Amino acid sequence: MLKDITIGQYFPGESRVHELDARIKIVAIVAYIVVLFMSTNVPGLALCGALVLAVYKMANIPLKLLKKSLKPIAPLIVFTVVLNLFFISGEGDPLLTFWKLKIYKEGIVFCCVMVCRILFLISGTSLLTYTTSTLALTDGLESLLKPLNKIHFPVHEMSMMMTIALRFIPTLIEETDKIMSAQKSRGAMLDSGSFKDKIKAMVPILVPLFISAFRRAEELATAMECRCYRGGEGRTRLKRMTITKKDISSTIIISLIYVCIFSLRFVFPQVI
Amino acid sequence: MSVLKIENLSYVYNPGMPSETKALDNINFEIDEGTFVGVIGHTGSGKSTLISHLNGLTKPQTGRILLDGKDIWKDYENIRDVRFSVGLVFQYPEYQLFEETCYRDIAFGPKNMGLSEEEIDKRVKMAAKFCGVTDEMLAGSPFDLSGGQKRRAAIAGIIAMMPRVLVLDEPCAGLDPEGRELILSQVKRYHDETGGTVILVSHSMEDIANYADKVVVMQNGAVYKYAPTEEIFRDAETLAKMGLGIPDVTKVFIKLREMGVDIGTDVYTIPYAVKTLLKYKAKKEAEKNA
Repeated sequence: MLKDITIGQYFPGESRVHELDARIKIVAIVAYIVVLFMSTNVPGLALCGALVLAVYKMANIPLKLLKKSLKPIAPLIVFTVVLNLFFISGEGDPLLTFWKLKIYKEGIVFCCVMVCRILFLISGTSLLTYTTSTLALTDGLESLLKPLNKIHFPVHEMSMMMTIALRFIPTLIEETDKIMSAQKSRGAMLDSGSFKDKIKAMVPILVPLFISAFRRAEELATAMECRCYRGGEGRTRLKRMTITKKDISSTIIISLIYVCIFSLRFVFPQVI
Repeated sequence: MSVLKIENLSYVYNPGMPSETKALDNINFEIDEGTFVGVIGHTGSGKSTLISHLNGLTKPQTGRILLDGKDIWKDYENIRDVRFSVGLVFQYPEYQLFEETCYRDIAFGPKNMGLSEEEIDKRVKMAAKFCGVTDEMLAGSPFDLSGGQKRRAAIAGIIAMMPRVLVLDEPCAGLDPEGRELILSQVKRYHDETGGTVILVSHSMEDIANYADKVVVMQNGAVYKYAPTEEIFRDAETLAKMGLGIPDVTKVFIKLREMGVDIGTDVYTIPYAVKTLLKYKAKKEAEKNA
């Protein structure tokens, strides 16, 4: 159950998507989000979806995984659908009426578009962490944010914190799983009883989890200290990020696709 | 009558994914009431997956676990009772301590069982005695204890539930020899005095050899052999080939045999080694006299 969380996980591979420079990937994902929300017609959305699927295929990430990563957002989608379905009012007669609730054609269309957007958004952005190691990801972010150093923003420290946080997500999930099993073995009831009981039942899990998280943090700090870590100043890299010809060609292709999707906006009628 | 019976148990991690791995492959064996069973195997041989099935933490994909001849998953509602009957001590159990005092932590299991206040108190004291947790430690915070003490307090938390089967997964991992000896001898004493069934999982042959009556040898998710301890060690050379460390004393006897001494290699504890050597000496002397 907890093992199903795939956010922030990295799936190593040797595809072109994996090899693409992390900085380009980050910019591309941000641009993807913008393009996704600018495309307000069916062909544009379809193209976005096709693009995501194609990249998944290229990166050799099983679609089963995609399904798994989308599962946790199902409640969000249901929530969006229910709200929009009943609160969007359109012209003409409602298609369905019961009690005070009316469903219009516009509502249904809007719902479909919203669901598509959320699905494409999550699956697209998940690609970034699936295909980029946390190290490359935070290095890329650090490099992109470097200009902020001028206004004394601690870019390196921020990216180091992110690296560590991402690195420990799977570890903590595993730890939680273990502690839950251990307390269940002692008869802890985690999924029954009233709300108050459930909150109370969390104590035997949260206390050990916090303690172990602090212990790990301390151990990590000591280990970093032992290796003479002293922040970002004067720190050099073993692996310097370089933009290759392949990266440039990939960038051009991605930009072209984005321009295509964006310009569909002027060709086809807008749905919403 | 066997207290636990494992029937055709198989388990696959991540079925259908690229990372699909077979953890258990058609496991079959039964454990008699009151025996001390050792489970031994390499890292990744499926030991931990196997024992998480025993108290219903993992639902079998195929096969059944029978407790007193009853399938533990037959009525799902009673799975908690199964967990009280089969007490599972995890690897590094000290990380599950959470209460303000050791006493309250040990009482967590019995309290979940819904026992009376006096009964809980009796059990906590009993479990603390078995695990060498002093009154002073009971009153203090579990987080002020040393590593070995914490572990013993955590084991006491399981023993206090008075499970019919006590399962320990690598209870000595990361402890010094003295700490190992202490925990294992306490478990042995618990076994001898209460007559409960104990399953000890370890990859140290030495530990298993000294305490277990019967041994399950696991390899690649399957049971390679399940037999009384002597019988397992008669086959010591094969175990060594499987990469399992055999006890030092057994190694000495294998070497002796290689050197041409006519002596058995099913020796796995020091007292038995002494006996075998004395017997051999007497035999030699008798031959000389004759």
